[in-house]
Amino acid sequence: MTFLKDINDASKLINETFYWAFVSPFKGRGIRVRASISEMVKAGYNSVPIVAVISFFIGVILALQSAYQLKRVGALIYVANLVGVSITRELGPIITAIIVSGRSGSAYAAEIGSMKAAEEIDALKTMGINPVRFLVVPKLMALMIMLPVLTIIADVVGIFGGFLLSTTVLEIHPYSYFQQTVNALLVKDIITGLVKAWAFGVIITIVGAYQGFKVEGGAEEVGRRTTASVVASIFLVIVFDLFFTALFYYFT
Amino acid sequence: MENAIEVRNLITHYGDREILKNLSFSIPKGKTTVILGGSGCGKSTLLKHLIGLLKPTSGSILMNGKDIAILDEAELDEVRKKTGVLFQGAALLNSMSIAENVALPVAEHTKLNESTIQIMVRMKLDLVGLSGFENYYPSQLSGGMKKRAGLARAIALDPELLFFDEPSAGLDPVTAAGLDELILKLRNVFKMTIVVVTHELPSVFMIADYVIMLDIGEVIFSGTIDELKASDNPRIRMFLERRPEKEAFSPDDYFRIIAGD
Ligand SMILES: Nc1ncnc2c1ncn2[C@@H]1O[C@H](COP(=O)(O)OP(=O)(O)O)[C@@H](O)[C@H]1O
Ligand SMILES: [Mg+2]
Repeated sequence: MTFLKDINDASKLINETFYWAFVSPFKGRGIRVRASISEMVKAGYNSVPIVAVISFFIGVILALQSAYQLKRVGALIYVANLVGVSITRELGPIITAIIVSGRSGSAYAAEIGSMKAAEEIDALKTMGINPVRFLVVPKLMALMIMLPVLTIIADVVGIFGGFLLSTTVLEIHPYSYFQQTVNALLVKDIITGLVKAWAFGVIITIVGAYQGFKVEGGAEEVGRRTTASVVASIFLVIVFDLFFTALFYYFT
Repeated sequence: MENAIEVRNLITHYGDREILKNLSFSIPKGKTTVILGGSGCGKSTLLKHLIGLLKPTSGSILMNGKDIAILDEAELDEVRKKTGVLFQGAALLNSMSIAENVALPVAEHTKLNESTIQIMVRMKLDLVGLSGFENYYPSQLSGGMKKRAGLARAIALDPELLFFDEPSAGLDPVTAAGLDELILKLRNVFKMTIVVVTHELPSVFMIADYVIMLDIGEVIFSGTIDELKASDNPRIRMFLERRPEKEAFSPDDYFRIIAGD
């Protein structure tokens, strides 16, 4: 029963969020641009260092791990293919989504949850200000834009990590590695990765906001909901990743 | 006497638990009405229904002839532009300065330009005695100042109806009396209809024109403050004279229960 109610509450939130984000601007009730930009800075710009460092390491690890296998069949140059394709199609979007879940998804749950506990959400409603439009839509806009952007950064830096390792430790010639990567990568790979990133941005925003709005009691519940939002959004990101990957596998 | 709000047969539940049990009363226009009652009797719940945050199980709440219990969100927003609410903890947005908090409803609901809004904000802050605190953040203010700032926000759009939830809760007597003065001023000068939910007697005697008393989800009294003082209902006397509820068992009874006799 509670599960059905949760589904119902979540779909109401999704409905309302999409209404205020995509329908109401055409009815003359625009989104809050300045708040959206500030959310973009918080979620996007401030995540650049951590996303870059982690995807650099992932690129290095990936190159080492694939070299371990490919060396045996004498196809070391294919390290470039493996690194390039798996980062753009899979690891770039997923690593970015996991980092942003931890940084921003949890912050959204905590922000909205503590506002709920302090009656600030009620106050917004009594001022005739819709809390979803006021709080959730700017966050949605920010993540829908910044998750793909961060993913591009993760792709570039990750591939660079693989390149650096391959040209030094593995002694592959820089130019042939570059050529191999360019030939291996299809625009399709990059685009599907970015589509996934966009969807992950939506998931992280909705899950964080949903958990925040669920808060009924005080500070202790805010903490619990914050943790729950990270677990739930990483879980849902992986589930949707599976779904999208299967979809792209059969239809592209 | 004209009524600002009329509540008829209001019944509400949290889950299966009935909180308000068939309330009917009216709130006079242009006066200060105090909703009085012990902790947990359902005062905040009633207030949340009056401002349209909760929907009742049954019954109606008429404001200017409209039943707000059945209005949709868009229609409710129209009503809300003419109402202000000061929440128990002031409920200022912590991420914004005091001036931005007070400006928020004005910027949302009017097309006034930035400098006009600034002037309005300064006037409201002046009125509540907070001029000079425009750029402070809620976390930098004391409890009493937060409530004053919350009040400035509540009256930003010059509402006809103003609600207070426990305005003196958590304040020292002097600060609380200062807030009561402000409530009196708003009624006398701006002719607002004011509804105050409280359990603080000194405050009731200072501000109330009209009193509605709740006891475990039922109205046990409604009338003027003088009628309240003259009432001989035992529950009301107990409240006014601050007597505790009668112990169900005497120490001797406890002893007998423990001894299993
Ligand atoms: N969100 C809620 N869910 C369930 N029960 C609640 C909720 N809010 C209040 N209650 C219960 O309803 C009763 C009335 O609460 P409330 O209206 O806050 O009382 P008051 O403001 O008079 O102290 C209390 O017994 C309280 O435990
Ligand atoms: Mg209360």
